[in-house]
Amino acid sequence: MAAVTGWLRRAWDHDLAWSFRRSPVTILAALLTLACVGGALFAPWIAPHNPFDSATLNLSDGFTPPAWTAQGSGKYLLGTDDQGRDVLSTIMYGARISLGVGLAAVLFSAFLGVSLGLLSGYLGGRLDAFIMRVADIQLSFPAILIALLIDGVARVALPHALHDALAIYVLVLAIGVSGWVQYARTVRGSTLVEKNKEYVQAARVIGRHPLAIMLRHVLPNVMGPVLVIATIHIATAIITEATLSFLGVGVPPTQPSLGTLVRIGNDFLISGEWWITLFPGLALVVLVLSVNLLGDWLRDALNPKLR
Amino acid sequence: MSAEHGPLVRLLRVGRDFDVSRPWLNRVLEGAPRQLLRAVEDVSFEVAKGETLALVGESGCGKSTVARLIVGLYALSRGRVEFDGMDLAAPGTDAPALRRRMQMIFQDPYASLNPRWRVRDIVAEPIRVLGLAATAEAERERVTGLLRQVGLAPEDGEKYPHEFSGGQRQRISIARALSGNPEFLVCDEPTSALDVSVQAQILNLMTDLQERLGLTYLFISHNLAVVSHIADRVGVMYLGRVVELAEAERLFAAPRHPYTRMLMDAIPDLQMTGKARTPVAGEVPNPLAPPSGCAFHPRCPHANDRCRAERPALLGPATGAVACHAVEEKRI
Amino acid sequence: MSAPLLEVRDLRVEFPTRRGTLVAVDGVSFAIAPGEVLGVVGESGAGKSLTGMAIIGLLEPPGRIAAGEIRLEGERIDGLPPERMRRIRGRHIGAIFQDPLTSLNPLYTVGDQLVETILTHLDVDKAQARSRALKLLAEVGIPAPEGRIDHYPHQFSGGMRQRVVIALALAAEPRLIIADEPTTALDVSIQAQIIALLKRLARDHGVAVMLITHDMGVIAETADRVAVMYAGRLAELGPVREVIHEPRHPYTAGLMGSIPRIGALQRHARLVQIDGAMPRLNAIPPGCAFNPRCPKRFARCTAERPELLTVGNARASCWLYAAERR
Repeated sequence: MAAVTGWLRRAWDHDLAWSFRRSPVTILAALLTLACVGGALFAPWIAPHNPFDSATLNLSDGFTPPAWTAQGSGKYLLGTDDQGRDVLSTIMYGARISLGVGLAAVLFSAFLGVSLGLLSGYLGGRLDAFIMRVADIQLSFPAILIALLIDGVARVALPHALHDALAIYVLVLAIGVSGWVQYARTVRGSTLVEKNKEYVQAARVIGRHPLAIMLRHVLPNVMGPVLVIATIHIATAIITEATLSFLGVGVPPTQPSLGTLVRIGNDFLISGEWWITLFPGLALVVLVLSVNLLGDWLRDALNPKLR
Repeated sequence: MSAEHGPLVRLLRVGRDFDVSRPWLNRVLEGAPRQLLRAVEDVSFEVAKGETLALVGESGCGKSTVARLIVGLYALSRGRVEFDGMDLAAPGTDAPALRRRMQMIFQDPYASLNPRWRVRDIVAEPIRVLGLAATAEAERERVTGLLRQVGLAPEDGEKYPHEFSGGQRQRISIARALSGNPEFLVCDEPTSALDVSVQAQILNLMTDLQERLGLTYLFISHNLAVVSHIADRVGVMYLGRVVELAEAERLFAAPRHPYTRMLMDAIPDLQMTGKARTPVAGEVPNPLAPPSGCAFHPRCPHANDRCRAERPALLGPATGAVACHAVEEKRI
Repeated sequence: MSAPLLEVRDLRVEFPTRRGTLVAVDGVSFAIAPGEVLGVVGESGAGKSLTGMAIIGLLEPPGRIAAGEIRLEGERIDGLPPERMRRIRGRHIGAIFQDPLTSLNPLYTVGDQLVETILTHLDVDKAQARSRALKLLAEVGIPAPEGRIDHYPHQFSGGMRQRVVIALALAAEPRLIIADEPTTALDVSIQAQIIALLKRLARDHGVAVMLITHDMGVIAETADRVAVMYAGRLAELGPVREVIHEPRHPYTAGLMGSIPRIGALQRHARLVQIDGAMPRLNAIPPGCAFNPRCPKRFARCTAERPELLTVGNARASCWLYAAERR
């Protein structure tokens, strides 16, 4: 117990914690992110309704406006969509998909980018030239286009029956592949610097295998900026997924994400049922903004020159 | 099979080039030639077991490159390096086994330790890689012993490098170098980045360790005074070549090569004896375009036509050799 | 000594940090006479560079002068508004820093930088400024200055660049130059040339020099008097011959003993070493900062911080020299 309180006290005193405490914007962003993630994670338990259980749906409840308007009801806080699904619940379940896909895509992207960057920087030569040229070529395409391309190829390559089941994985792959370049470039730059430092030379003199040197010596020292990129990349990944879903080529309609919800709700905007698209849109904005602000704080807090 | 009475380390006409040409496209468009930097050229010397050989010279003379060539951080362009009588680059030799018997200490105490590793892991790395400890307990004991040997406390093993001063970090580096039980230590300017009082501690430590463990040192430095305390023999390098190689006492009492004399004269006179000294002339020339003949001739007060045309060879025994026409012709 | 050119009294430089205030320079006092070379020597962390920065007004915030006075020709210059300090800098005080690579702006020719400095501080026209610049370059030993005045810094070698930096420092005819480790980044043969140059120029131009360095050898060659700093305090101050040959303060004695010298000792004999290390700024012991490492310490040393006491021609902050030892 004493060890835990001791650790907590040291963590509280740490430079990062101090910097965090000083910035009200960051604290707010962290709370919002926590709320979004909490809501998404615990959706099955805390959502007021289950919008995907057709047995609980009541079609006559469809198009109910939010609770604070004249025709609203306390049962559906943010109103319902055309099928009688509670908008608040769909947002919570939708956030699950959005966050899940976003996080998975970033993890994949980071793994791919860091590995390639490390190999490229440490081994140099032709491998380095090749990887960097591929990166340059990829950068000349917009990320969305790359994701669309991969998605399109998957649709053609996979049998129709598997489309929906594998859609999420394809999406993660697509967004992941579209984002690896920034990790690779940063890690390659840091690796080039660390490679020439004497502790790496000492490891070579000791006789360690290049792979061991890369993983055990260089990698821990180049991971700093990766964390910052990843945090900001989560926001981008979520937006990319939302865009793709909005365009209809993202998640399958059986597992709607926030982007899908915005698309569905868009059809009803003209006829006056504004809440069906607005609230999912707002949720998306709040989520992405708070993650971005957290990422900004992390970047500045970890920058030794600004301390 | 090892040579019992031969030198521990021997360099034979070692050379190393670096390709500093401009990128291929630039060369094609500008018609520029390939440019080769001859960092080390025709260097030969031996280090006997238990001896300390120092290599001195100013920046760009190639001494650090020689150090790295010996431990294998750079590949040789020419010549060969023998350890315990065996050629390290020959196909039949077990080079890794030979390389295990040598270690290196670096100049920068801040960059030579991995900032993310604890000190005990840093010091234990050679033990682990070479499999010198059978159990974790044995390894821990060995690390503690090494830390004590270099003047640190056993608790220091749990800390990270940034918690230590420059001098203490250099001690950690020495502990790491010793943990693999090497016979031969290459020390690349180990005290140049340290304050003078800390330097004294480290030099004393290295002297003690050499006595206790029977180590052989190759000591690289630009500081002749430091070298005078620790070296048995001294090699002076200029622009990639050895220009003088002699026993320390002899070199410091009566330096023969004009460059060595110039270096000695350039050392600030702490005794303030006010003795007359030849003023130092010129600067080290661009290694990409070395002067013809003897590389030192533009700065040498004794240069003649032969010096401008013909490069002098290193003549003399390993205890007193000089590469200088003027010395050979007995002009100075 | 006639009226001093520079007078520093009880200078205190502090760095407020999250974990408390660090005192980097603690009650340092000295004076520099016109045309004199004062060496300020100490190991890393002793506060010598910060003293120089404080004098020239280039302390980086949050560092600040917390107490004390700095007087240049009788006028106080610490605590001046930045605009006034800028005019004093360059015109009255010149500076030479350690790294010639970063001391010169790589985007401007050497001539441009010299002319700009001259025009800023002296009342001359462009043509006169240029001819002054040429003269300065010749004086600092740049061969064929007409051909080199329009070269960029990267076209000069390290030693030549440092000569240009010296020319730049002298350009506005200052009365005092602060040189912070001017030869540390140079090879030993170039170092000797630059030291000789500085000495000659100081004498020819009647410029006083505050030479900050960790290298006692450079001090021995160049300085008239020397101040030894330890942990932000002044340990010893006196004529260079005396401090080097007869150091009074035990730290200075230890320092001189640990410097390797050719022919001074038998090979493989041990150098004098001072055990331990200079205390970090947040862990300075009470009393005399050197006492934990001092072979001659006694009771008073751990209790009271010593004042600068006069010992013959020099001064040392050491209780060994107090009238009553207690």
